[in-house]
Amino acid sequence: MKNKILPFSITIIFGIIFFIFYKGLEDSKIYIPDINTKKEIPVFKTKDFFSGKNVKSTSIFELNKIYLLNIWSSWCVPCRQEHPFLMNLNLDNKVNIIGMNYKDNLKNAENFLKDLGNPYKEIFIDLDGTIAIEWGAYGVPESFLIYNNEIIKKYIGPLNQELVDEINLFKK
Amino acid sequence: MKFLSFVLIVISLFSFSTVSAEENDKKNKITKNLRCLICQGQSVYDSDSEFANSLKIVVDKKLQEGLSEDQIYEYFRIKYGEWILYDPGLNKNTYILWLLPILIFLIGGAIIYKSFIIKNK
Repeated sequence: MKNKILPFSITIIFGIIFFIFYKGLEDSKIYIPDINTKKEIPVFKTKDFFSGKNVKSTSIFELNKIYLLNIWSSWCVPCRQEHPFLMNLNLDNKVNIIGMNYKDNLKNAENFLKDLGNPYKEIFIDLDGTIAIEWGAYGVPESFLIYNNEIIKKYIGPLNQELVDEINLFKK
Repeated sequence: MKFLSFVLIVISLFSFSTVSAEENDKKNKITKNLRCLICQGQSVYDSDSEFANSLKIVVDKKLQEGLSEDQIYEYFRIKYGEWILYDPGLNKNTYILWLLPILIFLIGGAIIYKSFIIKNK
């Protein structure tokens, strides 16, 4: 009896360790953030991109309207790729596209908009990236679909035709 | 008069530096326990990415607002989820992590007890 306890417990320990490693194999090591949970949008103060005046977030987002908050920057290459899709999305004026200019040089950002067009209804500035953190953002480009002051969906990375079609479904 | 102002400047310099050093220690401790989400495997403290740099500023701001360490962790947990913390709490995803050492300790203890203490009797 005494001799059986030792191999028995060793088997159990190895069994448990095997189970944990086996379970770990199935998990993805790439962290995918939760993009579908509804969250209230943060309240913050910022500056308007064109006028430089102080703005409150509550005056930008109204209830019962669909907004797409797009974080962009002139130094961000994928932002250039997604810009034509934003221009397309703006054609029928059903989604209000709000821009958040992320850690950018104002002159460069203005030139960016001159070259590629301005799809944004309003743009505000996030000079040190802290407002992006308030939103739970990872970097540029990133977009948030907002309705009734709630984040309905989060798009990390550049938008493409597929995602634009998805956004179009929301506005109907 | 000159001497007095000199002394005052020296005193104020010293008092400033101790305050900021304490605050820096706290900030470093917090940022070391936050995961940089876009450069995985690094803490926010180690990273120099745009995301990490902004996060450091936010930690600074929150400390100045008078939030405690736990409150700051909670703030980031709500924004980014449990993954951002290097020191996760006990929940359904981490229970094995927390309970396994205790389990192994108990089983090991039982083995030692059975094989040595009982044998000696």
